[in-house]
Amino acid sequence: MNGVRNEHERASRNNVLERVRQIVSDVFAVPLERVDATSSPETIEAWDSMQHLNLVLAVEDTFDLQFTPEEMELMRNVKQIVTVVELRK
Amino acid sequence: MNPKDNIADIRLEIDRSLSEGFVQAAAVRMGDLWQLEQGSSTAAFLVSRIEKLRGLLNLTRLRVAILRSYTLEPVIPLLRAAAFRFRIDTEVQVGDYNTYMQEVLDPNSSLYRFAPDVVIVAVRLADLALELWQGYSGLEPAAVQDAVQRVCRTLEELIRSFRERSHAALIVHTMEQPTQTAFGVLDLQVGNSQSEAIQAINRELRRIAQQHRGVYVLDYENLIARHGRLLWQDERKLLTVGLPIAAHGLIHLANEWLRFLVPLSGRIAKALVVDLDNTVWGGVIGEDGMTGIKLGPDHPEAAYQNLQRALLDVSRRGILLAICSKNNREDAMEVLEKHRGMLLRPADFAAMRINWNDKVQGIREIAAELNIGFDSVAFLDDNPFEREQVRRELPDVMLIDLPKEPMQYAFAVRDFQAFERLSLSSEDRERNLLYSKQRDRDRAEEEFQSKEDFYRYLQQEADIEQVTSSTIARIAQLTQKTNQFNLTTHRYNEQQIAEMVSNPVWEVLSVRVKDRFGDHGLVGVAITHDERDTCEIDTFLLSCRVIGRSLETALLSHIAQCAAARGRKHLAGWFLPTKKNTPAAEFYARSGFQCQPSDNTGQRWIFNLEDGQIRCPEWIRLNIFEGGRV
Repeated sequence: MNGVRNEHERASRNNVLERVRQIVSDVFAVPLERVDATSSPETIEAWDSMQHLNLVLAVEDTFDLQFTPEEMELMRNVKQIVTVVELRK
Repeated sequence: MNPKDNIADIRLEIDRSLSEGFVQAAAVRMGDLWQLEQGSSTAAFLVSRIEKLRGLLNLTRLRVAILRSYTLEPVIPLLRAAAFRFRIDTEVQVGDYNTYMQEVLDPNSSLYRFAPDVVIVAVRLADLALELWQGYSGLEPAAVQDAVQRVCRTLEELIRSFRERSHAALIVHTMEQPTQTAFGVLDLQVGNSQSEAIQAINRELRRIAQQHRGVYVLDYENLIARHGRLLWQDERKLLTVGLPIAAHGLIHLANEWLRFLVPLSGRIAKALVVDLDNTVWGGVIGEDGMTGIKLGPDHPEAAYQNLQRALLDVSRRGILLAICSKNNREDAMEVLEKHRGMLLRPADFAAMRINWNDKVQGIREIAAELNIGFDSVAFLDDNPFEREQVRRELPDVMLIDLPKEPMQYAFAVRDFQAFERLSLSSEDRERNLLYSKQRDRDRAEEEFQSKEDFYRYLQQEADIEQVTSSTIARIAQLTQKTNQFNLTTHRYNEQQIAEMVSNPVWEVLSVRVKDRFGDHGLVGVAITHDERDTCEIDTFLLSCRVIGRSLETALLSHIAQCAAARGRKHLAGWFLPTKKNTPAAEFYARSGFQCQPSDNTGQRWIFNLEDGQIRCPEWIRLNIFEGGRV
């Protein structure tokens, strides 16, 4: 039982990561293969504060969520965005 | 669009098409992607691809400036992606926060330097008069009045000043209502109601807008109400990043802007082609019959009446309705004419193609008949197969994506931005009138018991005239173009007609037809020449507009009478069959001619003028004009 659930959770986690990577790739217009869990404003030039808002809105839109300002502050790289999304789901 | 379409695959396909230079294919798939997933992420993807299509595709450029008091930047990519569906390429400039008045007043401001086609004013009441939004319960009634007046005068000055300095269209948002008013339920019981104060501003805004040309009010308050006020707002983002709208609401604002931008750009639908079975009514008339189809005021068939109401509303904006349906014409016409649940009748349609041809063919014919381009045609059909075929073969036609649930059909039609109009031009109304007259004529034919009754009702008048210098061009043109009711299909140019006229044994006659619905113009030609005791019919034709109204008999009777008067004993002519002239095949036999030994090119027919005569039908008044020789 546990094994099955872990399997499922891992698949869903990968899924969130994949979707966030796609959103980051779209919003900042960078190729998908250049986006990984460590991508951040340091590695993606277009990731400024206005684009960060666009990114947050796209993530909210995709996962049907509404983040708090505190959560928005935490979303400093792809991995952290995935973490915030998963905490809310 | 294929229901099995996968978003990731479409994205790959778009980029592959773009890199290989298939711009039209890329554009179609970009539209598909947007239909499947309308959101900020998809919009960002599409915007970067739209840039690549510039100059390669026939896009209408539209420069949009936004004057605002709050964050609207995230709406821009959504607007650009949504506009692309209508082949509009928007370039957007967003002004600084709360600088709208300076920008409007200063003729050298960045607003005017941008040279916008359209300017949108999106200002919150809280930024115009904070006291009307917060702390309202502490205001004296006089202070409320002052604040309302101040806001109205600000809006008036903004609109008037802008109109003096620019020809661009101006769209002004109405003020939104608070979720909870300061007085609670008491608000509507007191004289200085907060909601009433805001309504007063919105009413005044409408009045001011109506006094200026090209100024339009966007009912932002209604937009929020439509989508649910509590869901619309995001108080935390308003306080932290100045954005009062929740993520999912942004697309609705972009789509609402488009309701104005589409008609302003001219990328409108002028005609809406609709399917019948399972679209205008539930079920299939050919299988379910008059009593079996779903159409009435109750659930679930009310869905189809709702759609019909939406179609009627749209048609009253000047959009032509047309039918393209695979059906037996008689079956469908019986529903259109007689079904009690039908709100639309034949007279509401400008064109009909009810047959078993494919829809691409039907839409081609309808567009030609209505004389509009495919990019002005919208298509409504429940069948994904038909939609897909039309999309593939006529990519310019606008497809309205029907929701699965018929109850949502009417909404989809009303929601389609290409049906929006910002004013009703008199041309639109007159065009509708013209088509409905033609429809009246068709309908009259359907209402009468016998053909003769219909002919009498028509009150036809035929003016038969010898060729003149002013009709020779039209006569030659008719011999060139007429295919159906044409006995010999001899093609002549003007010069050849002129040569016939110079020969005294030749007669060239034209027919002009009028009826109770109007003037058809010059629609028939007969050319004869006398050979010994025979009058030989060289050419006999009628334009397809007037086939099947016994005019051919009237014209023939005149030719026979003249030939007899000239002392001819016989009237003779050939029927030379072509692929298209079967409507004329039986004409000589019907008129009492005898078939002669013929050859393989056609049949020779002859009528003995001494034995009988050809009568003009009593319901056609003939006017004979001698005309002048050319």
